[in-house]
Amino acid sequence: MLAVTSDREETERRWSGLMAAAQDGDRHAYERLLREIAPFVRAIARRRHAAADRAEEVVQEVLLTIHRTRHAYDPTRPLSHWVAVIAQRRSIDALRRRTRRDAVEISDPVAYETFADPTANKRLEAYAATEGLSEAVAALPPQQREAIELLKLGEMSLAEASARSGRSIAALKVNVHRAVKSLRKRLAGGE
Amino acid sequence: MAETTDQLIERLAASVRPVRRLRPPLRRAALWLLAVAAIASAAIAAFADWHGFAQRAQDPRLINEMIGTLATGIAAVVAAFHLSLPDRSRQWLLLPLPPLMLWLASSGYGCYRHWLIAEPSGWELGESTQCLRFILAASVPLGASLLIALRRARPLTPLPVGAAGGLGVGALAAFALQFFHPFDVTVIDLGVHVIAVALVVSAASAAQRLAAPEPRLALSS
Repeated sequence: MLAVTSDREETERRWSGLMAAAQDGDRHAYERLLREIAPFVRAIARRRHAAADRAEEVVQEVLLTIHRTRHAYDPTRPLSHWVAVIAQRRSIDALRRRTRRDAVEISDPVAYETFADPTANKRLEAYAATEGLSEAVAALPPQQREAIELLKLGEMSLAEASARSGRSIAALKVNVHRAVKSLRKRLAGGE
Repeated sequence: MAETTDQLIERLAASVRPVRRLRPPLRRAALWLLAVAAIASAAIAAFADWHGFAQRAQDPRLINEMIGTLATGIAAVVAAFHLSLPDRSRQWLLLPLPPLMLWLASSGYGCYRHWLIAEPSGWELGESTQCLRFILAASVPLGASLLIALRRARPLTPLPVGAAGGLGVGALAAFALQFFHPFDVTVIDLGVHVIAVALVVSAASAAQRLAAPEPRLALSS
């Protein structure tokens, strides 16, 4: 019991020290810290997200949050608590996002059936229209295609798309604007 | 998920730069409060209705009310700075509650007394709209500067931070109002003060929410 406590204290001290070094710009300390805390974060994420890919997505969001808020960490306080709170918060955020998504998505195993009520067919027609959209998106120039895939199809924020693609928010805005214009023209013209 | 966690860690480590650590929340709150106190003191010294205030200040109830508003403002601002950090307890939200009770109780007693002793003119809106305007107008610059200060910590849960900050700003504005308030608090006054502070709290919470970082964050700073 004493050994476990001592190990935990030692880990806590090491993590705080690594984060303090990271705050001073030490790249190696930061990389080591992130690699050490990733399993700890993963364990917290898995409590709320059974699917490994969803849990991993939460882990990445937590690491990004830690990166963005690292200036707010006080090295005299335990880092594990700081990380755990962020991990719990981001796990709940991901759950909420999923619940919102599930609320608007409909599982329809007989999607090809035509319903007697004409208004009911609109949804199926919308599905059919997405096929033409996919082709139109595929025909876009690479930068515009990436922008539209990240921002519109992937439903990412500008900030996240920028982080993911390595391009500036302004460039993404321009590309997505041009992409939407091209798609509108192409789909309206039935090319 | 286009990028693995290992790749993300490498990218984050490669982008790390020295950062300036935030000061402890109590010190940040104290600095903000001192700056506000300096500006408010100058405004009060220049524009306050000292004659009316001196007359009303003989009533201990007013002093209680002012202590209540000032203490609520300070406690709520201190709480907001603590709540803006992820590892601080949510119980900081409770800190402004005791002085808030004192404020509401002393104001409420003033209303009751006014209603008993004076005619029931306290039920008219009259000059209370000026109080509403004063609290809202004073809260806008205070709230904006507090929002900027609180945003530096990039709070994970903007709602309680905004609520505490809004309460602090509204209470400080209500405290300053006492130097310009030419009459005792009536029932409608109390209602208007409560509505004004509630509006400030709602606006601050909404502003914090709008300014909150996306759940999926960009690689910046």
